[in-house]
Amino acid sequence: MSGLRLAADIGGTFTDLALERADAHGGFERWTAKVLTTPAAPEKGVLEGIRVVLSKAGVGPSDVALFIHGTTLATNAVIERKGARTALLTTEGFRDVLALGNESRYDQYDLNITLPQPLVPRRWRLPVPERLDNEGRVLLPLDEGAVRQAVSFMKAEGIESLAIGFLHAFVNPAHERRAAEIVREEWPEISVSLSSEVSPEMREWERFSTTAANAYVQPLMMGYLHRLKAGLAEAGFSCPLYLMLSGGGLTTLETAARFPIRLVESGPAGGAIFSAFVARQKGWDRVLSFDMGGTTAKVCLIDDFAPQTARSFEVARIGRFKKGSGLPLRIPVIEMVEIGAGGGSIASVDALGRIQVGPESAGADPGPACYGRGGSKPAVTDANLLLGRYDPASFAGGAMPLHPGAAASAMNAALGTLGLEPPMAALGVVEVVDENMANAARVHAIESGKGYDGRAVIAFGGGGPVHGYRVAEKIGVNRLLVPSGAGVGSAIGFLRAPVGYEVVRSLYQRFRSFDVAAVNALLAEMSAEARRVVAEGAFGAALVERRIAYMRYVGQGHEIAVELPVKAMEAADVAAVRAAYDREYAGFYDRPVPGSDVEILSFAVTVATEVETPPPVAEVDAAPGPSPIRHQAVRDTARGEVSDWPVYDRAGFAPGATVPGPCIVAEAETSTLVGPGWSCRMDGLGYLELTR
Amino acid sequence: MSDAPSDALAAIQRQIQWNRLIAVVEEQAQIMIRTAFSTTVREAGDLSAGIFDLRGRMLAQAVTGTPGHVNSMMESVGHFLAKFPAEGMKAGDHYITNDPWLGTGHLHDLTVVTPAFRHGRIVGLFANTAHVIDVGGLGMGPEGRSVFEEGLYIPIVKCFDQGRANETFFDILRAGTRTPAELEGDVYSLCACNDAGARRLVEMMDEFAMDSLDELAESIFEASARATLAEIAKLPRGEFAAQISSDGYEAPVTLKARMTVAEDHIAVDYAGTSGLSGRGINVPAAYTRAYACFGIKCVVAPEVPNNWASLLPFRMEIPEGCILNAPRPFPVAVRHVVGQLLPDLMMGCLHQAVPDRVTAEGSSCLWNPPLRGGAQVSGGEAELPDFEVITFNSGGTGARPGQDGLDGTAFPSGVRTMPVEATENVAPVVFWKKELRPGSGGPGRTRGGLGQVMEIGAKGDAEFAVNAIFDRVANAPRGRDGGGDGAPGWVGLTDGTVLRTKGYQVIPRGKRLRLLLPGGGGMGDPAGRDPALVRRDIADGLV
Repeated sequence: MSGLRLAADIGGTFTDLALERADAHGGFERWTAKVLTTPAAPEKGVLEGIRVVLSKAGVGPSDVALFIHGTTLATNAVIERKGARTALLTTEGFRDVLALGNESRYDQYDLNITLPQPLVPRRWRLPVPERLDNEGRVLLPLDEGAVRQAVSFMKAEGIESLAIGFLHAFVNPAHERRAAEIVREEWPEISVSLSSEVSPEMREWERFSTTAANAYVQPLMMGYLHRLKAGLAEAGFSCPLYLMLSGGGLTTLETAARFPIRLVESGPAGGAIFSAFVARQKGWDRVLSFDMGGTTAKVCLIDDFAPQTARSFEVARIGRFKKGSGLPLRIPVIEMVEIGAGGGSIASVDALGRIQVGPESAGADPGPACYGRGGSKPAVTDANLLLGRYDPASFAGGAMPLHPGAAASAMNAALGTLGLEPPMAALGVVEVVDENMANAARVHAIESGKGYDGRAVIAFGGGGPVHGYRVAEKIGVNRLLVPSGAGVGSAIGFLRAPVGYEVVRSLYQRFRSFDVAAVNALLAEMSAEARRVVAEGAFGAALVERRIAYMRYVGQGHEIAVELPVKAMEAADVAAVRAAYDREYAGFYDRPVPGSDVEILSFAVTVATEVETPPPVAEVDAAPGPSPIRHQAVRDTARGEVSDWPVYDRAGFAPGATVPGPCIVAEAETSTLVGPGWSCRMDGLGYLELTR
Repeated sequence: MSDAPSDALAAIQRQIQWNRLIAVVEEQAQIMIRTAFSTTVREAGDLSAGIFDLRGRMLAQAVTGTPGHVNSMMESVGHFLAKFPAEGMKAGDHYITNDPWLGTGHLHDLTVVTPAFRHGRIVGLFANTAHVIDVGGLGMGPEGRSVFEEGLYIPIVKCFDQGRANETFFDILRAGTRTPAELEGDVYSLCACNDAGARRLVEMMDEFAMDSLDELAESIFEASARATLAEIAKLPRGEFAAQISSDGYEAPVTLKARMTVAEDHIAVDYAGTSGLSGRGINVPAAYTRAYACFGIKCVVAPEVPNNWASLLPFRMEIPEGCILNAPRPFPVAVRHVVGQLLPDLMMGCLHQAVPDRVTAEGSSCLWNPPLRGGAQVSGGEAELPDFEVITFNSGGTGARPGQDGLDGTAFPSGVRTMPVEATENVAPVVFWKKELRPGSGGPGRTRGGLGQVMEIGAKGDAEFAVNAIFDRVANAPRGRDGGGDGAPGWVGLTDGTVLRTKGYQVIPRGKRLRLLLPGGGGMGDPAGRDPALVRRDIADGLV
């Protein structure tokens, strides 16, 4: 076996491929390709991309040892409402849980907001008599006749997929399982998703919404995955295929087909894992990953080389990225905040004379005004050009000459009322977008219960290296890294992901009456479930298990994750966990609360193959700095002054070379800006490290 | 065009600083939600947070929060400064009150004010308000005959003195509530989130080398006033009158408003409004101003951020002795059932000026049943442990000019509901039904949002009690422009027994509470409704 590993990431526009193998020096030999995504039959794009990247490397299908795949297909199906005709069997009296949501408006002052429509319309939300109480005891037995009747109705309606969601089913799944059994007796071919399996946690809206979404994408995803598998076999691949999960682990095709909703955010998850790997290479334990593309920017916190994870996520937001305007999904995800701030984000002036940037985007077509393809609204890229940050002739490696005149006219047309010359208006636009991203990062850190002080930033995507230093300044960060290979970061991230699976279950506990035996039994069961899933794909690799309890003071609403020992707990362990909670809490919020008991809401068990430890990075000696390839007159956004910034070619940098800011380090896909007061050094990995 | 780049840069930086202030107060609100104990704050979001200058003028408020708090909290800071002048404040001090007339209108709302210091000098104030679960007294409900029966009364006092907890205060606080751990925890949470705001403010001032907030405040106020006035100037001038009726407690209540739209302000006179009630549905003036301003602002200038200057052009004349200007010590615990009708009243006036920018009347008042059981209801016969729980629920909102009203959604309140599974985990109650109420939306070209049907029992169908605070049972939400009224509410038992809409009532063993929440009013002629929408509503069993 040659040890070649292949990854494919299907995005909205492009399908990215990465192929690599370890080289003799502890690094990687890598080939990449980008092909257009083929939405009607996405496996075609993937197979074409694979052909391209294999021919670049001069290898054949039989040389590939492993194929890892991530896709936004499930997300797009939800956003574009192209999933299956889905029904929901639910507890009588609770037919409208999906429609009522949390009964709130995501914008207080806008009288004309539209709320997201549930994936299952009311006519297909079918109530059946049954009821459990909060401890799982039966208050009303399941009406089996009503279930059978529902099946005939669904057949008549042409339903293609079924979700079952009953109240308190996460405590006792008996009614859901029995209902599924009856459905399968009557209708063996229908796909069925149970809330007690898809998302066994408290809170009926989130659980039903997740289950309905799983059912909604399941037929589509099963069809796609099986076509892809067949296509690969036909092309001569015999290597194992893994799917990237939103939570950052890899899983088998069988598990993915059962819980396709867990694939929803796999692309961005790859980007975060890429950052986490880079952080591990650098030995940086507190990092903020900053990925700025054409329409959005994504920020993720990475502590101890692992991306921050969460148990909930909102998909298909309709209100300008506003929180609360999407459908809630309760699944393990890599947690990131995404805001409408990218190179194509459009600038305007609001009624108060304030510059606004995004979330509307010029997209790729017509694109920013300076592309000269008919765009007439000023975008962030136009502002960067007017600040002198890009050389019009050598943008995108010279492939796309830029038009400063068009950028200036667009800026004047949209922001002229402010009485600012185009370069100062451009400064305003860039400062506002940088501030938006910094504010999003700050609030995200707080919402995750994490600080942002003292972190390092890892910047990638087309815009990350351009805006990174100023965003870092705004959140008080003094270290910034621009790795190489960032253009296909997500696909490379897939190659770094462990095979892993997370099981989450609710079991209410208070420390003053902690039931050690019940907790141990639950954790053992969860551990066995996770190990079973992982074993299918681990091929005997060493496994790492983590156990987490989600805890809070009795009466509080938000939990903090506390690590548990991976063993049957004893009294002393319980006391240690309780003490760890107080420490964590005080760390976040300054004041522990005296005298309060602590409760546990749920537990998570993650089992994964050990993450490969990157080879140690050789220290490099100082090397002479490169010579500038030109100078550009750049306006500094903090002080408004124009000066000549030297421009260096990234390819001309030797490891160990340092240049002082202000300057620009140019490469084909992007430019790294090194602000005044910063300096930039190329490290032994070929990454640019900025410090101040 | 500006020929001095430094002026231009300064102007851009002030905008950045303004954005930053809004992010700082949002951070303040998020920390409150994460650390608060009361479900009303952490699940429902019944809170607000803001930053003030040393004259007590609000510069920015968190996007997260609810309107009744925000605008009344804005007035509150001035009262704190009157008692404790800024010059005497020390770093680490925290001040607190729940005085309905110095805070946000009832004893259940705690307001905490905290000075922010930079280089040993006070530079600004952070304030927040939160609705807590219990402050003793009769509990949340309309039954009090004076504010003294409604709970523990906290004047403006220091709860932390230079970082040290005022133990006498906390002793009194714990002794005066059914939920001492939660209430004390909530006070800690409010102080912690103000501290976080203060830290971020100082970082921002360091970054931009600012010695004071004065220049920034002036520029925020100038831009906000200018934008608000520009929106007012677009309205037709004139006088517009409207009235609305509430079910009241002892007798129906009528709210009257005469709105004058002038070139540079909007004035509202409430002459003719009903007098005071003997029960806790009276509204302190600050709360009246809060919800009335919110209603006007949603229509006139929704895009302008809330601050001292953006609310200044809205002037309120509230006669003394009317239910919208209750003096101390009248009972005010459930002032929201009347106060939340004010946006509908304001839109009744504005409908005559800008008919295509307002909505029909909605359910408006939250339908929050405070439920209680155990020995405090059933004495020695109690089958259940003592419990006290409240859930937030909403009827339909009024139809919009271009869209149907929202089904089962809070307006004007900004709160969220709690999951039934979570409620059943904190109290021995069983919700047997909570779903949309078909046919309850007022017909129209666009229809009103639907109300809900709720059926609630205790575990084992034991005896329990409800402290009813419901409205729009005798007075349905009205349609506009030919649209029909929404269905009125109904309060009773599942066996058909009718209950009073307000006040403490026991649900006997074996019985269950049934609530029909009102639907919103419709807008325009129902004959003009898009037939596709009619078919959809029929297929979905909604009409």
